[in-house]
Amino acid sequence: MGLKTPLYDAHVKLGARMVDFGGWDMPLHYGSQIEEHHAVRRGSGMFDVSHMNVMDLKGAATRDFLRLLLANDVAKLKTQGKALYTCMLNANGGVVDDLIVYYLDDRWYRIVANAATREQDMAWIQNAAREFGDVKVTQRDDLAMIAVQGPNAKKLVYRALGESLRETAGALKPFHSVSIGELFVAATGYTGEDGFEIVLPATAAPFTWLTLHVAGVRPAGLGARDTVRLEAGMNLYGQDMDENTTPLESGLAWTVAFEPSDRGFIGREALEKQRAAGVPRKLVGLVLEGKGVLRNHQKVFCAAGEGEITSGSFAPTLERSIALARVPVAVEMGSRCDVDLRGRREPARVVQTPFVRNGKSCLARAGDIE
Amino acid sequence: MSKTPKELKYTKSHEWVRPEKDGTVTVGITDHAQESMGDLVYVELPQKGAKVAAGKECGVVESVKAASDIYAPVSGEIVAANGALADAPETANKDPYGAGWMFSIKPANQGELNALLDAAAYEALVASEKH
Repeated sequence: MGLKTPLYDAHVKLGARMVDFGGWDMPLHYGSQIEEHHAVRRGSGMFDVSHMNVMDLKGAATRDFLRLLLANDVAKLKTQGKALYTCMLNANGGVVDDLIVYYLDDRWYRIVANAATREQDMAWIQNAAREFGDVKVTQRDDLAMIAVQGPNAKKLVYRALGESLRETAGALKPFHSVSIGELFVAATGYTGEDGFEIVLPATAAPFTWLTLHVAGVRPAGLGARDTVRLEAGMNLYGQDMDENTTPLESGLAWTVAFEPSDRGFIGREALEKQRAAGVPRKLVGLVLEGKGVLRNHQKVFCAAGEGEITSGSFAPTLERSIALARVPVAVEMGSRCDVDLRGRREPARVVQTPFVRNGKSCLARAGDIE
Repeated sequence: MSKTPKELKYTKSHEWVRPEKDGTVTVGITDHAQESMGDLVYVELPQKGAKVAAGKECGVVESVKAASDIYAPVSGEIVAANGALADAPETANKDPYGAGWMFSIKPANQGELNALLDAAAYEALVASEKH
């Protein structure tokens, strides 16, 4: 038996197929993961993401501490509620975790990190914070988190949780958040769609979930969460990057703040060395042109050398198979490669990500893929 | 609870087998198999005329999350394959024992049919895999 979120009973009642995810009993789907995927793209879907690790960092030294801990620079966060996506690196520049950090006030930042890395993250952060004096790290196990995503998501959130949210949360720009009493609402997500991520007291989660469901938001499981994030070209920690890969070879160079040059964040030296020597590999999108379904760890053969699929699946919006793959840096966008699918080589095309944004295919941009 | 029609035979690898009046057998994947795989998105079947061997893989079904081989329940020759599944693999989710059938074999040796599981034995196998 694994860990349970406050919504476990709700999932079971809805007939979810429960699976282990990083030690948590989570819903894989509630009947059809493809229909749940389409709900997020075309209407609205909600994901229980209460297994994610919400940490509050408080104290006068918090800002300086996060400027050391994180590869992106929290000094960019100047307005209350603003969020930043970043990696947390080890000394070799490898990714310990990727996370979102929210600036709540000068002495309070909130981090939302991955569930599977909960223990390592806490140990890593505690250890780094030890020298720092006034930083207190608290894991918020008293909170739950529901991601409501899709073109109709916001409208249905107002209908379910109160039209007054339209004034407050509705005014949020992407990557901004607002605290309304015990409700924390962020205009963030992992789907490439409009929507909110809502953090709320664990005790209020089951009723809120039910209210959203009654308002018309479709429950969606981890299966759909994986296909929407892959279509959106978003990395999954542990698959597309981990402690042995740097952000520079994971399509995440844009999240590393090398300026100002005197900010000595953990991993900086290693990244600068890699950058000077030339980053050997990069993460690209693949669209399968042959038959079958691309899967994690399949080998990719390009003119510029071999690579490997880090996340592969069927893309319900595109009705074809797509993947993220780590390949030699010389591989060109738009070029063709072969993928070893269960002992048979099938052609695929190298494309830019995202594959899908706001319900629409981005593949036309990549040229001659119809 | 998945369905296990009494009149069919089953394999340990989750295919169902229906002996037909003309001596051929029709093969598909069981309700339990489709349910555990989830939404099917790709099916690759043996070609008509192909020779298959009992217990050897002869096709592939892939769901969003995983790929799984289909094994020939008996040795023989493929006399038909359900081409409709190429465009609509989800048919094998919706109607695994009907429109979701996969292929028919003309068995080389009818005796091999006796080695297959009956519904009760298959249900017991599924129950034991759940624990």
